[in-house]
Amino acid sequence: MSRRSASTRTGFGRILVFVYGVFALAATARALVQLATQASTAPVAYALSLFSGLVYIVATWALATDRRRVALVTICVELTGVLVIGTLSHPDDIDKASVWSDYGNGYGFVPLVLPFLGLWWLWRIGRPNSDG
Amino acid sequence: MTVLQIVLAAISAVIALWLVVLIVRDLEPNDYLYAALGLLEVGMIALLVVGLVQVAGDHGDVNVAAYVGYLVGSVVLLPVAFLWSIGERTRAGTGVLLVAVLVVPVLFLRLHQLWAAR
Repeated sequence: MSRRSASTRTGFGRILVFVYGVFALAATARALVQLATQASTAPVAYALSLFSGLVYIVATWALATDRRRVALVTICVELTGVLVIGTLSHPDDIDKASVWSDYGNGYGFVPLVLPFLGLWWLWRIGRPNSDG
Repeated sequence: MTVLQIVLAAISAVIALWLVVLIVRDLEPNDYLYAALGLLEVGMIALLVVGLVQVAGDHGDVNVAAYVGYLVGSVVLLPVAFLWSIGERTRAGTGVLLVAVLVVPVLFLRLHQLWAAR
């Protein structure tokens, strides 16, 4: 069981990809519902909400296909997003919330922990082996 | 939460404990576990049907799009987790099932909150 992982999608990465996938679906679906039903209420917040969904989609894809550079860049964007949106958002703006609002409080703070786990995982498995 | 949601949440809790035991003892999921997951999935489909009937009826101010979104998401969750987990039959693959089963009650909580806003 302690075999070294050859890919970002094996071992712990298997679980990480699934969690990213859940958030890709949750964040994107949430943004689409917001934009479809109340786009005029807070267009900027909903656009950011959609952006967070796209970031999770790319991160899921990159981790699932062992594209480490893309994964690294995307997860850094994700970390920046959750920290900036988390700091700027007001906890009581429920209708304007995205997954990253209030540091992901509405999602058990998983959005705040996830990029750290992702970066740790990328650091842990290191560079791809040229001999596969 | 509805009775069906409470029963399904209890089933997920039992399956979650079961999965923890499998992970700790480094055992692969057996057919009984997959049968239990299948039972849970049947319950999720029933929940979708009940939810769609509710939404078609008198639903007040419920956010229908979000409500249906969570219902569909809860039906999709377990099959996707199953397919992704069998790709790697290790503790990690079993861990994927554990995450999915832990997400189930969270979805019920959201459904409950959305319906309570009626």
